[in-house]
Amino acid sequence: MATLPPVTDDAARRNLRTGLMAFAGALAMLGLGYASVPLYRLFCQVTGFGGTTMTATETDAARAASLATGQKISVRFDGSSAMGMPWTFRATQATDTVTIGERDIATYTARNDSDQTITGMATFNVTPEQAGKYFNKIQCFCFTEQTLAPGQEVTMPVLYFVDPAMLDDPNMAGVEQITLSYTFHRAEDPVNPDATRTN
Amino acid sequence: MATTAEGFDAHHDQGHDAHDHADHKPGFFARWFMSTNHKDIGTMYLIFAIIAGIVGGAISGIMRVELAEPGIQYLQWWAQFMGGANDLNTALHMWNVFITAHGLIMVFFMVMPAMIGGFGNWFVPLMIGAPDMAFPRMNNVSFWLTVAGFFSLLFSLFVPGGTGPGAGTGWTVYAPLSTSGSVGPAVDFAIFSLHLAGAGSILGATNFITTIFNMRAPGMTLHKMPLFVWSVLVTAFLLLLALPVLAAAITMLLTDRNFGTTFFNPAGGGDPVLYQHLFWFFGHPEVYIMILPGFGMISQIIATFSKKPVFGYLGMAYAMVAIGVVGFIVWAHHMYTVGLDVNTKMYFTAATMVIAVPTGVKIFSWIATMWGGSLSFKSPMVWSMGFIFLFTVGGVTGVVLANGGIDDNLHDTYYVVAHFHYVLSMGAVFSMFAGFYYWFPKMSGRMHSELLSHIHFWTFFVGVNVIFFPQHFLGMQGMPRRYPDYPEAYTFWHEVSTYGYYIMAGSMIFFFVNIAYALLAGKKAAANPWGEGATTLEWTLPSPPPYHQFETLPVITDAHDYHDHRPVTA
Repeated sequence: MATLPPVTDDAARRNLRTGLMAFAGALAMLGLGYASVPLYRLFCQVTGFGGTTMTATETDAARAASLATGQKISVRFDGSSAMGMPWTFRATQATDTVTIGERDIATYTARNDSDQTITGMATFNVTPEQAGKYFNKIQCFCFTEQTLAPGQEVTMPVLYFVDPAMLDDPNMAGVEQITLSYTFHRAEDPVNPDATRTN
Repeated sequence: MATTAEGFDAHHDQGHDAHDHADHKPGFFARWFMSTNHKDIGTMYLIFAIIAGIVGGAISGIMRVELAEPGIQYLQWWAQFMGGANDLNTALHMWNVFITAHGLIMVFFMVMPAMIGGFGNWFVPLMIGAPDMAFPRMNNVSFWLTVAGFFSLLFSLFVPGGTGPGAGTGWTVYAPLSTSGSVGPAVDFAIFSLHLAGAGSILGATNFITTIFNMRAPGMTLHKMPLFVWSVLVTAFLLLLALPVLAAAITMLLTDRNFGTTFFNPAGGGDPVLYQHLFWFFGHPEVYIMILPGFGMISQIIATFSKKPVFGYLGMAYAMVAIGVVGFIVWAHHMYTVGLDVNTKMYFTAATMVIAVPTGVKIFSWIATMWGGSLSFKSPMVWSMGFIFLFTVGGVTGVVLANGGIDDNLHDTYYVVAHFHYVLSMGAVFSMFAGFYYWFPKMSGRMHSELLSHIHFWTFFVGVNVIFFPQHFLGMQGMPRRYPDYPEAYTFWHEVSTYGYYIMAGSMIFFFVNIAYALLAGKKAAANPWGEGATTLEWTLPSPPPYHQFETLPVITDAHDYHDHRPVTA
C-alpha cells in the first residue's frame, strides 16, 4: 500500500519562503528597471555618454583657460525645432574657430511664428559623441525654459569652452570639428498636458 | 486539490485502492479549467503552443508569399480584410503588424509556453521525483495569464493602431514609434499582452525555482539532477531577473502613451535610447530563455540514444549557468548603431564572443557523448542531431554579427533574420520537436510512427534551410529586414526562400497526421519505450504516468550517479 508523503507544515513553509525570496528578486529587478531612468541620466551626465555635454562653473573655465596651448578647433552650430513647434530657431553663425581651453560665446535666434504664447525647452547634444565630455557650457539658454510671445524674436547666448584635456584623449585624435546641436521642443504645459501630445 | 496530500486524503476517504486513487481524475471542467496537476497543465501549455504556432506560422506564410516577388501583391487585400483603408500606407502598416504579431506570438506564445510551460511542467517534477509542482494553484494562474495575454495580442489586431488596424511596432516595441508614432489602442493591447504573459512567466519561474530547490527526491543532489532540470532552473532565474525589467520598460511606454510622462520623449528630458537599453537588457537573456530548455532536452536525448552518460556533465550544467550569467552583460550588441563609442562597442563585442566558449563546450560535449556510443537513430535522435548542426550554423553567424564593426554593415539586414531563425526556428524548434517525439509516448501512452516522424524531419530540415540559408545572401547584399518590397535584384533568393516555406508547411502535415495516427491507432507505449539508454525517473513510471505519481518518493542512493536514476534492484 503506497502512501503519499504528507505535505507537512514544515515543507509548505519552506516552499513559501523560497517562493517569496524568488518573488522578492523579481520585485527588486522591477525596481531596478525604474531606477535605471535616473541612473542612466546620471551616467550620461558624468561620463558624457551619447554626446551629453558638461556643465561648468567659472572656476572650471579659469582652470581650462590656464591650460590652453593655443591650438584651435572648429565648432559647428546647429539648431532646429521639433515637429509641432512653431518657432524659427537657428544659429546666428554656422561655424566658429575657437582656441581650445578659452571661453567663447555663440548666439542663437528664436522667433515665435504662431499667434499664441509658447514655452519651449531645448535639448542638446554634440557629435562626435566622444566630444561630449570635453564640451563645457558655462551658461546656456538650454538650462531653463524659454517663453516667447506671439511674433517675439530673441537672441540667446551659449557661453562655452572646449576642455584642453581632449588633446590627451586618443579617442579624440583626428577630431577637427565638434558640432553642437539644439532642438527646441514645446515644454510640457502644466495646465493641459495633452496639448503637447498632439505632435 | 490544493496539494497532492490533500488530494490523497480526500481520495483515501473514498476508500479507493492504491492504484485507483493515484489515477483518479476530476470531471472535465474541474480537470482542465481549474487544473492544478502539473501534467494536465503541461499538456494544456503544449496544445496552446501548437495553436499559437499555427497562427504565428500562418502569418509568416502571408509574409513569405508577399515577398516571393517585388512589389506589393497581397497586403492591400489583407489591410481591407482586417478592416483598414484601401491605400498603400495602410497596406504597409499591415506589413508591420504582421512582423510584430509573428515575432511576439512565436516568442511569447509558442516557444516559451512549449519549452517551459509544456515540457518544463511535465518533466521537471517527474525527473526530480516530486509529486507535483510546489505551488499547483499558481501553476494554473500562470497558464491562464498566458492564454489571456494571447487573446489581448489577437484583440490588438482588430483595433486602430495609427495608420491602420493592429500594432505595427515590431516585437521590440521601440519608442518613439510605439509612443507618439502609434495612435490608438492597438499598441496598448499589445503591451498589455506582454504584461500578462510576463506576469505568468514570472509566477512560473518562481514555481520552478521553488520546486527544484525544495522538492527533489531524497538523495537527488543538485549535481545528480538531470540536465533538463538544470536547464529549466537556469531559465527560471533568467526569467525572474529579466522579465521585470521588460515589465518596467513597457509600463513606462504605457504611461508615456497615455498619462503624459516623458521617460522616452526627449521633449521632456527623456531618451528613446534608454528604452532600447532596457528592452535588450531583457531581450538578450530572453533569447537564452528560449534556447536553454532546448539544450537540456538535447542533452537527455543524445545520452539516451547513445546509451551513454552525457559527456562532461558538470561542464554541461555550469556552461548553462555561464551562458545565463554572461547573457546579462551583452545586451548592447543589439544596438551597435545607436551611436555607441568605440570602447563600448569593443567591450560588447568581446563579452558577446565569450558566450561562444560555454556554447562550444556544450556542442563538443554532445558530439563527445555520441562518440563511441551505441547510437540508434530514433526520431528524437535525428531531430537532436539536426539541432546540433543547425544551431552551430546559427551560432557561427552570431559570432560574425557580434563584431561591432561588421554589424554596422549587417545591422537590420536579412543576415540578422537568417541568424536568429537558424538559432530559434531551427535551434529552438528542432529541440522542441526532438523533445516532443522523445516524450510523446510518455505523455500520451501511445507510440507515434517512426516513419512519419522521419519524413517530417527530412522535409522540415530541407524546408527551413531553403527558407533561411538564402537570407544570408540577401542580407549580405543589403536587403533590409521589415520591408515588404525590394528591388528586382533580390528576387531570385526571395523566391527560393518562399519555396522553402511551402516545403516546411507541407512537412507539418506529417507532424499532425502522426499525432492523429498515434492517438487513434498508435501502439500502447511501454513504461520505457526507448530501451536501456533512458535512465531518468520519468521512464520508471507507466506511460502515461498516473494522475498522481511518486506516492512513495524514489530514493537516490550513493550507488546512483547523475545519469542513471533507475531503482537499484537485484
